[in-house]
Amino acid sequence: MSLVKKNVESLMLNVEWRASFNIKNSTLKISILLFSILGFSPLTIAQVDSSLFVRIPKDTTKPMLNMDAVYNRPFLTVGKTPVAVGGYLEANWQYLMTDGVTEGHQFQVRRMTLFVSSAISRRIKFLSEIEFEEGGKEISLEFASLDVEFYPLINFRGGIIMNPIGAFNQNHDGPKWEFVDRPISATQMLPATWSNSGFGIYGKNYKGNWMIGYEAYLSGSFDNSIIDNEENKTFLPAAKSNPERFEEINSGLPLVTGKMAIRNRKIGELGLSYMGGVYNKFQEDGLQLDKKRRVDVLAADFNTTVPKLNTTVIAEWAWVFVDVPSTYTQQFGNQQHGGFIDVIQPVLTRTIFGWKNATLNLACRFEYTDWNVGHFNETGGNISEDVWSIVPAISFRPTPQTVFRFNYRYLSQQDILGNPPSLTGGFQVGFATYF
Amino acid sequence: MKLNTFLFLVFSTLVILISCKKLLPDAAPESELLDGPIDGLTTDETARFLKGDIAFKEVFTSSKGLGSTFVASSCISCHAGDGKGHPSTTLTRFGQPDEFGNLFLDQGGPQLQHRALPGFAPEQIPAGATFSKFTPPANTGLGFLDYVTDATIMAMADPNDQDGDGISGVPNWIAVPDYVTLRPNAISQNGKHISRFGKKAAAYDLLHQTVNAYNQDMGITSTFNPIDVYTHQEIDPEVSNQSVQDLVFYLRTLKAPIPRNQDDPEVLQGKAIFNQLNCAGCHKPTLTTGYSPISALSNKEFHPFTDLLLHDMGAGLNDGYTEGSAKTAEWRTPPLWGLGLSALSQGGSFFLMHDGRAHSIEEAILLHGGEAATSRGLYQNLNESNRSSLIAYLMSL
Repeated sequence: MSLVKKNVESLMLNVEWRASFNIKNSTLKISILLFSILGFSPLTIAQVDSSLFVRIPKDTTKPMLNMDAVYNRPFLTVGKTPVAVGGYLEANWQYLMTDGVTEGHQFQVRRMTLFVSSAISRRIKFLSEIEFEEGGKEISLEFASLDVEFYPLINFRGGIIMNPIGAFNQNHDGPKWEFVDRPISATQMLPATWSNSGFGIYGKNYKGNWMIGYEAYLSGSFDNSIIDNEENKTFLPAAKSNPERFEEINSGLPLVTGKMAIRNRKIGELGLSYMGGVYNKFQEDGLQLDKKRRVDVLAADFNTTVPKLNTTVIAEWAWVFVDVPSTYTQQFGNQQHGGFIDVIQPVLTRTIFGWKNATLNLACRFEYTDWNVGHFNETGGNISEDVWSIVPAISFRPTPQTVFRFNYRYLSQQDILGNPPSLTGGFQVGFATYF
Repeated sequence: MKLNTFLFLVFSTLVILISCKKLLPDAAPESELLDGPIDGLTTDETARFLKGDIAFKEVFTSSKGLGSTFVASSCISCHAGDGKGHPSTTLTRFGQPDEFGNLFLDQGGPQLQHRALPGFAPEQIPAGATFSKFTPPANTGLGFLDYVTDATIMAMADPNDQDGDGISGVPNWIAVPDYVTLRPNAISQNGKHISRFGKKAAAYDLLHQTVNAYNQDMGITSTFNPIDVYTHQEIDPEVSNQSVQDLVFYLRTLKAPIPRNQDDPEVLQGKAIFNQLNCAGCHKPTLTTGYSPISALSNKEFHPFTDLLLHDMGAGLNDGYTEGSAKTAEWRTPPLWGLGLSALSQGGSFFLMHDGRAHSIEEAILLHGGEAATSRGLYQNLNESNRSSLIAYLMSL
């Protein structure tokens, strides 16, 4: 047990990685990449003798914050090697209809993610995360960072870091959620799995029922595409498709990201985060092209589990402020806000189909995003362009690492003028599992 | 898990799946939608319509050629659901104070690009230039209007008001650009031809209209018009000929609005009043297309409520700006089909007349002057019930 625990501490590494590749021949390159990872790893041995596998369970011995999510994953290692691997897969079927029009039945592999971690030496760790989205259409190096612990309250992290804005960006693994789709506000308003080259410090401390943590980073930033994109709205995730962003900051000025989180065992966790910086290329070759234009994001997140009822509530709300030139089109708003609240109620926990402590949950997500907060210059009328959605769900967890999900989604989306909304409804059945 | 629990879950799932149909949102009634194709397209025409739909929704960015100055970044920004536009997407034209030409072409005329990419300055209306604001029109049924023959339009013209009804429609004669193919049996006058699209009827056909919109609204050059609106210099095309032609095909094959509540007694009463007030003197209820290579548009009778001619609308609607041979007080009769659906694309409000200044149909009627002054006067003399019936009829179109 102590060996396992030691491995947990050494191998639940707080390093992830992410970088986007634009790979045309994705199938070939995925194969090469997988062979590279697996061929040179101790897994090759394990394929010969599976008894060499050691499953490292999630560390439940310490109180956790969302910032610990990168640690809080199951890994596999071989013997006493310092390298561990893990990952998760999300797949689903869906049938959605929008205003009477459907694309029919769709089978989707949303993403497969691989984690590779290693304990380089005492208090120096490395963890990486590669994500294959939509069957390999998009491959991203989401996290690749080195962690050095100087003191529990002072840790260095550098490499490709995940900007800790909101909770979902930190804690986004599919098997942790009861819903097939990720929250709109946390993936399309805030960029999901938003990571950049950068470095910073983090730390946490706890006393009694209380725990406090912080993170602060300087990193790569957004670019002009957040207000110059084919979404036809201010869209922070557009910056994710810039292949240069891990090498070059568009504005030449770093993005500042910081988060404070406080948790009480009996009450829950509250996180407040900020991310901001200059996004536009305001100068080139020493020549002024534009004024400096900022993007600033604030987010608040909360999660708790109600005692006795065992009801889990997860909520997040964020505000985006972008300096959009007044002479630019009003399609691109200078303010956005939105969030979600998930309520999950376990209704049955018992042995089901031979799985001990299997759980059946009822859950519901409510979400809302206003893409363009403001009023038209010409009429003074409200700029609409918002979306709300309700997603009732049933989930079945044979083990904590695997979830089967049955969702119904009802979504209402209004255009910028506030015309009658486009309505989407439909069913999604899928699973997500760590492996 | 006990067998009965398992069966309960299976049964519940089946019930949910069977009730799925009710949980999937239906389309709005066809009569409330403007963005479908005309009936009778062949499968290859339908495929082309869909390609044009994609071109219509394409959002231009700076890397795709948007601007550097522009009005909007996509067609759909101004024509939500292919319906009428909103004051936020209203465009401004300036610089032509009479029928003899634009005096400000070298200063950015005729259209103001009042938006600009970050770091660029938008255009300003030059000092001394008169201007007019144009709210984007609906796109529906444009193919039917495109295939009306010149002879049909000329037959409705009455420049000298020979019938003495106070209405004297005239066509707008323009010099067509080289890339335009003249219609069969096109009528010309001093080397100019009858144009029909736009508030002043200054666009000859849908290709002319589309190329202008790419260029003047979005700052997108094409082989048809390679002049960049910002630099005023010829540059490489930023949209392919295929996309332009697909978009033209899309506009040509958008269905006409479907009238509603046609058997409602109040609507029928309103229809009689419409004719009694001689609204139909300009807003011709029925036209017929000539030959079209798209058989669904060929030799078809349709109901646009326009004569595609220019009419003097009086001093109240004279902005001091014009296009082609139109005088400043002259405006092309706007089609009334789809009028009742305007609010569905204008954010729930009405923004009628050429610049959206009328916030209701009644307000729009009362703004009619010039050749329509007699009809307006008759409307003002109607009792409340008859006014209401007329509005109900117009809302049903």
